Amino acid sequence: MAEITQSSAVPALKNARSGWPDLSFRWLALLAAMTIIVLIVLVGWELYHGARLAIAQFGPGFLVKSNWNPVLDDYGALPFIYGTLVSSLLALLIAVPLGVATALFLTEMAPVRIRQPVITVVEMLAAVPSVIFGLWGVFILVPWLRDHLFPWLRATLGFLPIFSGPIYGLSMLAGGIIVAIMILPIVTSVSREILRSVPDLQREAAYALGATHWEVIRIAVLSYARRGLFGAVVLGLGRALGETMAVTMVIGNRPQIAVSLFAPGYTLASVIANEFTEATSPLYLNSLFELGLVLLAITFIVNAVAQLMLRTLTGGGTGKT
Amino acid sequence: MPDVSIAPPPAATRPSAPVATPKSPAPEESPAFDIRGFSLWYGARQALNDVTIKIPARRVTAIIGPSGCGKSTFLRALNRMHEVTPGTRIEGSLKLFGDDLYGPGVDPASVRRRVGMVFQKSNPFPTMSIEENVLVGLRLNGVRDRVFLRERLEESLRLSALWDEVKEHLHRPGVSLSGGQQQRLCIARALAVQPEVLLMDEPCSALDPIATARIEELIQLLREKFTVVIVTHNMQQAARSSDRTAFFYLGRLIEFGDTRNLFTNPSNPQTEAYVSGRFG
Amino acid sequence: MSEADTIAACRPSLRQQKQRRVTSLAVTWLMGASALLVMTPLFLVLYFLIREGASSIDWNFFTQLPKPTGETGGGMANAIVGTLVLLAMGAVIGVPVGVMGGVYLAEYGAETANYWIRFTADVLNGIPSIVWGMVVYAMLVLPFKGFSAYAGGVALGLMMIPLVMRTTEEVLLLVPQSYREAGLALGIARWKIITVIVIKTALKGIITGILVALARVAGETAPLLFTALGNNFWSHNLSQPIAALPLQIFTYAMSASDDWHRQAWAGALVLMLMILSINILVRLLSRGKSAS
Repeated sequence: MAEITQSSAVPALKNARSGWPDLSFRWLALLAAMTIIVLIVLVGWELYHGARLAIAQFGPGFLVKSNWNPVLDDYGALPFIYGTLVSSLLALLIAVPLGVATALFLTEMAPVRIRQPVITVVEMLAAVPSVIFGLWGVFILVPWLRDHLFPWLRATLGFLPIFSGPIYGLSMLAGGIIVAIMILPIVTSVSREILRSVPDLQREAAYALGATHWEVIRIAVLSYARRGLFGAVVLGLGRALGETMAVTMVIGNRPQIAVSLFAPGYTLASVIANEFTEATSPLYLNSLFELGLVLLAITFIVNAVAQLMLRTLTGGGTGKT
Repeated sequence: MPDVSIAPPPAATRPSAPVATPKSPAPEESPAFDIRGFSLWYGARQALNDVTIKIPARRVTAIIGPSGCGKSTFLRALNRMHEVTPGTRIEGSLKLFGDDLYGPGVDPASVRRRVGMVFQKSNPFPTMSIEENVLVGLRLNGVRDRVFLRERLEESLRLSALWDEVKEHLHRPGVSLSGGQQQRLCIARALAVQPEVLLMDEPCSALDPIATARIEELIQLLREKFTVVIVTHNMQQAARSSDRTAFFYLGRLIEFGDTRNLFTNPSNPQTEAYVSGRFG
Repeated sequence: MSEADTIAACRPSLRQQKQRRVTSLAVTWLMGASALLVMTPLFLVLYFLIREGASSIDWNFFTQLPKPTGETGGGMANAIVGTLVLLAMGAVIGVPVGVMGGVYLAEYGAETANYWIRFTADVLNGIPSIVWGMVVYAMLVLPFKGFSAYAGGVALGLMMIPLVMRTTEEVLLLVPQSYREAGLALGIARWKIITVIVIKTALKGIITGILVALARVAGETAPLLFTALGNNFWSHNLSQPIAALPLQIFTYAMSASDDWHRQAWAGALVLMLMILSINILVRLLSRGKSAS
C-alpha cells in the first residue's frame, strides 16, 4: 500500500487564493459581451449623426418625396423605399412557397438518403456570396429573362399592368428573382426546423383518422406550425431587405416608381452602394446616410419581430440570420 | 459475525464481501467535521434543517435516506459545492478539523482542495490523457515540480487500485477506459491533490456489480488515510462499507450512529421503517 | 342529418378516396419539384463559374496586377492577397471579442441580461452589411481623411463579433455541467476551469464557428465599398486603400470591358473555391467531432 508522501508543495496549495485572476477574466468576458450593446448604439448613432443635415433640411417629408436629383441637391427616399419593399415582396412571393415546400419535402417525404444531399446543396447555396450571384445574374440570368421569360410573360399576362411595358432585362422583377434565390436557404432551413419541432403525435392522430399524406401535412403539420412558419417568412423578409450587391447588379438602378415589373428600379441599399463614393455635396452624403438610417430602421424592426416570434416558439434564439 | 437483518446481495455477483467491521481501525481522533445547527435554503425552499453531527476522521461514514431527503445537498455542503447553484443560503456552523469552512473571507476553492469529491457518473476530462486527468488538479493549482508530479501520479493511481492496469498506457485518453476504471480514475484525480476528506456521491450507481465491488474494496483501503463520506441509496452498500451511518429524512438528520447498530437496532422508528424497507 | 347520412359522410365514396389519393400524390410531386427547383440555382451558378472562369485562371492570374484600362491581360494578385489581409485583420478583432463574449454568455451573466445580449447579437447579425460600411466610414474614413485597409478590416471584424459570439456560446453550452463541477471540486480557479477544461473540450466547435464566420465575411463586398475602397496596385501599408476579391469582381463586372468581364468570372471562381474550401474544412472538423 502506497504511503502518502508529504511535500512542501501541498500545504502551499491549501492556502492559494484565486481572487484577482478570476475577477479580471470575468470582467474581460463581460466587456466582450457588452460590445454587442456598444455596437448597436454605435450603428444607430453614426447613421443618425451622418444624416443630420438631411434630416434638418427635409424633415419627415423625405420619406415621401420622389425626386433624387444630385444636380439640384434635392433628395427624397420614396423611390428607394418603394424599390426595396417591392423587390423584397417579390422575393418572398417566390421564395416562401418554394422554401416551405422544400422544407416539407425534407421533413415529411424524402427518404433519408435523399435528405442529406439536398440539405447540403441548400447550405452551399447560402455560402455563395452576393456579388457572385450578381455576376451570374447580370451576365446569365438577365439576358435569359430579357430574351425568354419576360417576353413570354408579356405575351401571356400582358393585360396586367405589372407585365406591360418595355423590356430591358435589368428590372425590378430580375431583382426580385435574384433576391428570392438568395433567401431560399434561410427560409428553407428555418422552416425545416419549425416543421421538425411539430410532435409526431399530431401526425399520428391525423393518420389514425384515415387522412392521406397531404391531408396529414395540411391538417396536422402546417396548421400547428403556422406561427413558426410565419416567423421564418419574416426572417426571410429581413434578409431580403438588406440584400445589396446582387440586387445592385440586376435591378437597373433607376430611381423611379413604375408599375411595370419590367421597368428598372432602385433599392435603398443599391443607391448607397453606387453613389456613396461619388457624393459630391455634404447634403448628398447626408441624404445617403439618411437612406441608410431608413434601411437600418426597417431591417432592425423586421429582424427584431422575427427573432421575438421565433423565440417564443422555440424557447430560445435560433442564432440564425 | 453481526446479525444483520438485511438480505445480503446474491453471492454470485460479489467476489469478496468486506464486512462492516474495520480490519485495523486507526485510533479514534477528534472528528473531521464538527457541524452544529446547519441549515440550507435553495431560495425559499429549505433543503436542510438544523443538522448537528460529528463526522469521525479516518472512517467511512455513509449517508442514507429516501430520494429528496437532502443527503446529496448535505454532502455538497461539506465542500461548498452547493454554491454552484445561485440563490443558496446557509445558517449554522460547519468546521473541518477546527476550521470554519464558511467563515468570512474563506475561499471556496481552498475548501475544495481539502475536501475532494467524486461524482455519480464518472467524468474524466475528455481532452486529457489518463496522466493529465490525474494531475490536472495539481497542475492547475500551480505545481510544477516534475518529480513530485510523477510521484503523485503513481501514488494516486495505486491508491485507487488502477496503477497496474494503466501504467503502460498513461497517455491514452481518460475516456478510453471502462466505466469502472473511469470512476477509479476520477478517484485518483481527486486524491492527487491530497485532500483530507473524500466525498462520494453515489459513486457506484452507474456501475455494474463487479465494478461496484472493486470500488467498495477501494473504499475500505482508502479509509486508512482519508476520511470518507459516501452518499448511497443502496442500503446494503452502506451496511457493507461504512463504519458510521447517518439517516436523513426530509432535510433532517434522524439518526446517526455505528452502522451495525443502526441497521440491526435503530433507536428511531423512522429509521427502522426505512431500513426494513417499509418506505423509500 | 340522419344517422345514415352521418355514416355516409364519414365513409367517403370510392371516387372520393381516389381523388384524395391523387391530390396527395400530386402534392408530393409538386414538393419534390420544388426541392429540385431550389437546388438548381447552385448548379447553374457553379456551372457558369467554371465555364466562364476556369480558362482564365492561370499563373498570371495569381501573380500579376491588374493592367490599366484598355489593356488586356493582367491578374488579381493584389485582390487575392488583399482579401487574405482583410480577413486576418477582421479575425484579430472578431475572434477574441466574439469568443470571450460567448464565454460570458455561456459561463457567467444573469438571465435577463444575457437574453437581451443574445437578442441584440442576433439582430446585429441581420442588419445589411452596407450599414456596417457606412458606420466604419463615419468612424475611421472621415476622421482620418482616407480609405484604408484598417477601415476594411474593422468593418469585417465588427461583422464577425456577433457571429462568433453566438456560435461560441452555443458550443460552450453543449459541454456537460459535470466537467465544470469536477473542476470546481478539485479546487481549481474558475477561469482556469473555463479555459483549460471547458474551452478545450469545445475547441473544435469554436474553431468551426470561427471558420463559418470567416467564410461569410470573405465574400462580403458592401462593407468594403467605402472602407477599403479597392486598389489596382499593391498596398504598401495598411492605411492605404486595399484591393479585395469581391470588390474587384464587382468593379470588373460593372465595367464595359469584355476582358474585365472575363477576369471577373475568374475572380469569382477563385473566391468561390476559397469559400468552398473553408466549408469543406468545417465539415471535416464537424465529422470528427461527432465520431468521437
